[in-house]
Amino acid sequence: MRLTDHDQDILSGSEGEAARLAMQILCDMGEIFAADEMMPVSQVHIDMTLYMVDAGVEFVERLADLGGRFAVPTQLNPSAVDLRRCRELRVPAELEEKSRRLERAYLKMGATPTWTCAPYQQGMIPGFGEQIAWGESNAIAFANSVIGARTNRYADLVDVCAGIIGRVPRFGLHLSENRRAEILVTLEGFTPEMFANSAIYPLLGYVFGEIAAGRIGALEGIPKAVTMDDLKAFSASAASSGAVGLFHLLGITPEAPSLEVCFPGGGPTPLVLTPRMVADAEERLSDGTVERPDLVALGCPHFSATEFIALTELLQGRPVHASISCWVFTSRAVYAEVEEHGVLELAHSAGVKVFTDGCPLQYPVQSWDFRAAMSNSAKFANYCYSQTGLRVVYGSLRECVDTAVNGRVCREAGLWRKN
Amino acid sequence: MAQELAARCIVAGVASGEVIATSQSISFWGGVDPATGLINDPRHELFKQSVAGKILVFPYGKGSSTGSLMILELARVNKAPAAMINIETEPILATGPIVCKHFYGLEIPVVTMEKTLFDTLKTGQHAQVNATLGRVVVSENFVDKA
Repeated sequence: MRLTDHDQDILSGSEGEAARLAMQILCDMGEIFAADEMMPVSQVHIDMTLYMVDAGVEFVERLADLGGRFAVPTQLNPSAVDLRRCRELRVPAELEEKSRRLERAYLKMGATPTWTCAPYQQGMIPGFGEQIAWGESNAIAFANSVIGARTNRYADLVDVCAGIIGRVPRFGLHLSENRRAEILVTLEGFTPEMFANSAIYPLLGYVFGEIAAGRIGALEGIPKAVTMDDLKAFSASAASSGAVGLFHLLGITPEAPSLEVCFPGGGPTPLVLTPRMVADAEERLSDGTVERPDLVALGCPHFSATEFIALTELLQGRPVHASISCWVFTSRAVYAEVEEHGVLELAHSAGVKVFTDGCPLQYPVQSWDFRAAMSNSAKFANYCYSQTGLRVVYGSLRECVDTAVNGRVCREAGLWRKN
Repeated sequence: MAQELAARCIVAGVASGEVIATSQSISFWGGVDPATGLINDPRHELFKQSVAGKILVFPYGKGSSTGSLMILELARVNKAPAAMINIETEPILATGPIVCKHFYGLEIPVVTMEKTLFDTLKTGQHAQVNATLGRVVVSENFVDKA
């Protein structure tokens, strides 16, 4: 890899020990993956913000103590907790303390405390073609695919280094030639009624991610009316079932206006995705024996303002059932927006609890006596048991709301479902 | 009889130990317990086996970008594999060993090799991985000298 004089100076410590360490890690990555040089990024999204293990805290604190400062605007994925409502979320003292240490270290280095996994819906939203360095699998997939910004799948630890240097090795999805579709997937047998149920998009993403695995796939057959929230859910589930950093939806996402643009030499033989495959995925993700969930978890990824509006419309003034906790996780920015609009008050008055900063998959399980959960997120359903020990049932936002109000699982039969 | 296999250096270093081999991919987040080094994914064929101090042979990494942090934590508590041998090492998988080297001064050499050579590696063998020179020396019947 060719380094500039400035890169070399950083490597020899001209900008301090934190920058030297960060640059060394980035240079090693560049050498291994045959980058030709370092290139600037306009902003960074750090995934490693959620307390899991002490190595993460040690890493960030050491860089902060060594004088590390973010060289470009750098925003943060969720914390493990709602940093402003620790008591309400019943956060144990040690978890709060470790989360505060991460918060202090990141703020000391100059991060913007966005604490959200949906940074493409508020805050520092990149534009088409913008070179960025993002962590968090759902955000990476959304930024690359739906926006057409350019980021590799930055791993924890490297994302912090990218923020400190503001430059990254030039390889992978930063380069046009590596962003082309490698496979074509076609939807077959789907009806307009199926797409009218929003539960279909996370499931389509989940199956698509399994098919694509580590390859860039183009998907044909998604209706034009798909919403940003549907695309968010699709990105999140595709990136949880496969190593999906970039996908193309023909006629919808910006790098895939047509089949001809995606495959200039003619499309390959398409792989077929059917309603049967969607039904099978749903059966694997959703525990059919759950009748009375204790928790309805919404906001994986973080709830948007439009999702809040949909939630309050579906509630129609009905209160959440006494036997159920209905929790929504969102960003501070969206919280402030829906508070301003009066929508938050509608949710609160129905008995919905709204948390910011945190992650529904990382709530303090030991503080709550929950056995089963329901969610409209296929990503949540995929990780729920391994992360929280809760059995999980999956359904659309409408089904989640009806369940929260009635105190028992309400799911519609038909469409792609067998029963 | 020792056998020498050609390998490509991903992360430099030298290590030796007992081979633990699988044809399945491994996710270090949600797949390996960061406190013990035990494979904790019940769907994995190495379920309940330890990667600590082993020459860990698996074809690819998979899953979350948090895997890199979990390798750093395994190194912090002395439960990391001694070395890793893959068919392909993607950036998220390489990140853990790279950061270990610069942050804790700990070497977890990583190499890749051709699938035909990779397939000859078996659990219980003894392997010396010299990532720096791009070679792996394998002998049958690992004998624990301890």
